[in-house]
Amino acid sequence: MTVDASQGTNAPGADNGMVLEARDVTVRFEGLTAVDSVNETLHRREILGLIGPNGAGKTTLVNAMTGFQRPTAGHVRLGSRVISSLTPHWIRRHGVARTFQAGRLFRDMPVSENIEVAAVSLGMSRKKAHAHAMELLEWIGLADRAALPAGILPYTDERRVGIARALAQKPQFVLLDEPAAGMSDLECDDIMHVVREIPKQFGCGVLLIEHNMRVIMGVCERIHVLDSGKTISRGTPAEVQKDPVVIKAYLGHE
Amino acid sequence: MDYVIQTIISALSFGSFYALGALGIGLLFSVLRLINFAHGDFITVGGFALIVPSSAVVATMAIGSFHPALLLVCIVAIVVLLALVSYFLVFQHVQNASPATMMIVSFALGYTLQNVIVMIYGGRPKAVNIFPELTGQVQLSDGVSVQILQLVIIAVTWVLLIALVLFLRRTQVGIQMRAAAEDFRMARMLGVNGKNVIALAFILSGGLAGIMTLLFVTQTGVLTFRMGVPIMLFFFIATVIGGMGSLVGAVVGGYSVGIVSVVLSAILPEELRGFRDACVFILVIIVLLARPQGLVLTKAAKERV
Repeated sequence: MTVDASQGTNAPGADNGMVLEARDVTVRFEGLTAVDSVNETLHRREILGLIGPNGAGKTTLVNAMTGFQRPTAGHVRLGSRVISSLTPHWIRRHGVARTFQAGRLFRDMPVSENIEVAAVSLGMSRKKAHAHAMELLEWIGLADRAALPAGILPYTDERRVGIARALAQKPQFVLLDEPAAGMSDLECDDIMHVVREIPKQFGCGVLLIEHNMRVIMGVCERIHVLDSGKTISRGTPAEVQKDPVVIKAYLGHE
Repeated sequence: MDYVIQTIISALSFGSFYALGALGIGLLFSVLRLINFAHGDFITVGGFALIVPSSAVVATMAIGSFHPALLLVCIVAIVVLLALVSYFLVFQHVQNASPATMMIVSFALGYTLQNVIVMIYGGRPKAVNIFPELTGQVQLSDGVSVQILQLVIIAVTWVLLIALVLFLRRTQVGIQMRAAAEDFRMARMLGVNGKNVIALAFILSGGLAGIMTLLFVTQTGVLTFRMGVPIMLFFFIATVIGGMGSLVGAVVGGYSVGIVSVVLSAILPEELRGFRDACVFILVIIVLLARPQGLVLTKAAKERV
């Protein structure tokens, strides 16, 4: 099934050449440098992996790129516009969506309404938002759960609803924060399939934070490796896997 | 048997009134974590808006002499406006403070409103008579007659409840309000306009208070500058018993408190009736000891606490 791309509220001037760009982004918390002059450009229709050991600054970088964390230095651009001082709300409206490590669904609301809220807030009527939510749920394979309260969904389904919610109104970029955390191999296959489909169905650029190497290596075209806030490697999955710096960061020896 | 039916209707009417009050408190608490102790005083202000501002002993009707429909619209509009003004002038500036701070601010606002009323209207109670036709009795069957107002209160409550449910379920801003009530931060992250949602909660809460003004003043026929205080206490208790943050809980809590009060008046021995409220509060303590989180528990509230 295809989600109608024409429903998207792409920002004025949006096009396939649009990029989401971090330039020399640094985030410091009282002496701790969580992200240290990181540069990256996310293009539409690509899947970029962001990996690194725990505490490497991956989520902080995503926070900075979505307005949740103001960079101490450097800036984030969406197209030609500097967005690093704007609100998460503004950034979401202009086509940069994200998911959260904890699903953070509205547990008392039905699954479909969790997605409808996002669509309605972005300007859709209730009727359109409902139809849109059902399309997304069908796409992600949860149409039969639409009426259940989100609080009773199993963990893996919660994640998928979170992804569907981020895709409401067809953003240009979507940043997924560990969508496969805690999933079995079988469930990972499923998430990998979903992530691969996102650029094809929605035309978005995907930034994927993930610890599960099988998922990262399986879906990403290129990978950016952070350690202690700094970029230590980047390249194709094959290149990164062979990079001694990466091996050292992960395994602690040469 | 007749006595039982009368008591039931009386209990439902009291319960409905408290449910509306608790809902007014609950709407604001759910999106803002604000326990608005000025809610009762909003009702008082609505009452005084009926009469000409003066400290004369005998009240002269102003809005109170309008055609009933116009009277209703005017009073509701005035209380809604008051609620909105309190948001923009007062609560907006403390909305990121702790719930305790906001609550104290609401006390201050309530006392301010009371004192403004004393300054303008004087401190003495004033008799007013609105909707006199509603205070009559209606014969339901042989031997069973109830006050028309009691039936009106029950009917008005259910019309408002159904309207509120439809509003929250069907409208764009309704779904945003429900999301904000569950997780305000997350709702804002998704693009919900927090300010609109809060302003709307004040409008709804003020609208309920305006309607309650009319029901209450029709019933008592008296305006006093502190008339909102004791009822506010019961609304608050109803909200707590029902479960803070749950609108269903507010309604359940309102009905519980109202019904228990009336039933206690009916069954307590003559010499204990003066202590009815004390008995109600003892029951409140028992309920809260058994279920500190309230009767109706939202998943959202469970996570927050």
